[in-house]
Amino acid sequence: MGADFYYTIEVILNGLMAGVLYALVALGFVLIFKASGIFNYAQGVMALFAALTLVGIMEGQVPFSHLINAVFGTQIHDFGWHIPALLAIILTMVVMVGFAWLVQKYIFRHLVGQEPIILFMATIGLAYFLEGVGDLMWGSDIKTLDVGLPQGASLWIEENTAFLGGDDFYGFFIDQLDVVAAIVAAILVAVLVIFSQYTKQGRAMRAVADDHQAALSVGISLNFIWVLVWSLAGFVALVAGIMWGAKSGVQFSLSLIALKALPVLMLGGFTSIPGAIVGGLIIGVGEKLFEYSVGPMIGGATENWFAYVLALLFLVFRPQGLFGEKIIERV
Amino acid sequence: MLDDTESYVTADGRTIGGVVLDLKSITLRFGGVEAIKNISFDIREGEIRAIIGPNGAGKSSMLNVISGFYVPQEGEVWFRGERRPQMKPYQVAQQGIARTFQNIALFEGMSVLDNVMTGRLNKMKTGLWSQALWKGKAEREENENREAVEKIIDFLEIQSIRKTPVGRLPYGLKKRVELARALAAEPTILLLDEPMAGMNVEEKEDMCRFILDVNDEFGTTIALIEHDMGVVMDLSDRVVVMDYGRKIGDGTPDEVRNNQDVIDAYLGVSHD
Repeated sequence: MGADFYYTIEVILNGLMAGVLYALVALGFVLIFKASGIFNYAQGVMALFAALTLVGIMEGQVPFSHLINAVFGTQIHDFGWHIPALLAIILTMVVMVGFAWLVQKYIFRHLVGQEPIILFMATIGLAYFLEGVGDLMWGSDIKTLDVGLPQGASLWIEENTAFLGGDDFYGFFIDQLDVVAAIVAAILVAVLVIFSQYTKQGRAMRAVADDHQAALSVGISLNFIWVLVWSLAGFVALVAGIMWGAKSGVQFSLSLIALKALPVLMLGGFTSIPGAIVGGLIIGVGEKLFEYSVGPMIGGATENWFAYVLALLFLVFRPQGLFGEKIIERV
Repeated sequence: MLDDTESYVTADGRTIGGVVLDLKSITLRFGGVEAIKNISFDIREGEIRAIIGPNGAGKSSMLNVISGFYVPQEGEVWFRGERRPQMKPYQVAQQGIARTFQNIALFEGMSVLDNVMTGRLNKMKTGLWSQALWKGKAEREENENREAVEKIIDFLEIQSIRKTPVGRLPYGLKKRVELARALAAEPTILLLDEPMAGMNVEEKEDMCRFILDVNDEFGTTIALIEHDMGVVMDLSDRVVVMDYGRKIGDGTPDEVRNNQDVIDAYLGVSHD
């Protein structure tokens, strides 16, 4: 086997790892879309906000310190303590649940029964609002997020795969963080599937996703379920935020990764949790492989648009995505 | 005239108890339209109570008031001897009033079994955390609920379609699944909105049998809306007749049948 073959495999492996991160963001979209029919444009910003809050809490930053200092002329910036990562993650989750509750109480409860496009517009507003709040609360500088996840190339993998290729192949180059991300994503999906299939709240969630009126008639509080769903989406956003933040720093361009989740959803289908994962992996592998094989011939930088073109093809030939529900209609 | 708490025995040997649901002077308006005009009637424990009337008489609205989907502008709802505060539909369901819908509201993407299981959601007490941490207890509860559900599925003779997604079922079976889901909650009162609409004769006979059996075996109080007069007269203990949002008759099938207002409403009479 030539080194070329192994390079291709390495590209695919790296693509899979990148795909996991796309899938993490897409998961949050699917959760909310399934249960409430809302396409949550703010999912990416929620990931950003969660990451910002996590860093802020860990480093003991005073929220709104710029604002406070500007108004009162004080000079406070942080509380001067450091909070261990695990505790900070739990506290951030509390913040995200609070956020979910506020979103439901002040926005979507008043929009029940509105057209999907209006709900969508509301989430666009929410995205910009949340971005602003994040900026105001924690500042707009790029932060490093270190929750103790292993980083850098995995030497172990590199050394133990070096023998595979020829003389110019040094072994597979894989980021340890990507491996962790893949494991975390797998666990997350397993937990979500178990939750929605086997718990009382999960069953209620599926019921609400299917038919509001029927859900009410069996005694399910829609409000509670929606807060639950937004909290879950907040949790997924937190996980995505940690992974992306650890990889490339917590910065406001993080919210743009949400856009990459769009083609992922078109591929996987908007209503399928496995679809979000498979879609993410296909996009990840597809764009890396395309860049590696076709990229050099057409001047490179194909990763920017490849995912969207692929999604476009899917829209033409299989609009419900790979795993989306085909609507059964009796005539 | 019977007292509210008195009970009596019917000709076929069933015991009808005291008043379980009492509607007092209910008025419901949509903008300027009065859908229900000052209607009062009661439902006794263990009886089958029919609400009949021509199209647009306000029957479904009445059922929606009982199940909390509509909030009346005036009047009181008394449930089990207590005045019911204004409630959301899900709270009414939690209180023990289950219902079916005129145009079927099922979870189309779920299997029949899952659909019926959702009817038991309120019977499950184990919270999220104990489900995660104490697997045994949650499992035992799930099994108990599963047993109860299987019993109902057997009872309504839908074993063969247990695993079928509801979206694929024909209309008549969907109606039966909806009834199964409502029954799974073990309701105090079961509200059926046109349970036999759109069915053929055979399906109607089946549904009639099921309604009678449910009432007989579980002692469930049933309030139903139905158009087929033959069915109503056979099934029900007492009948309320509505027309243009008013109550024009209330009593046993025989009394109602001989009521001049009811005859006029059904056969038509010149309004002058």
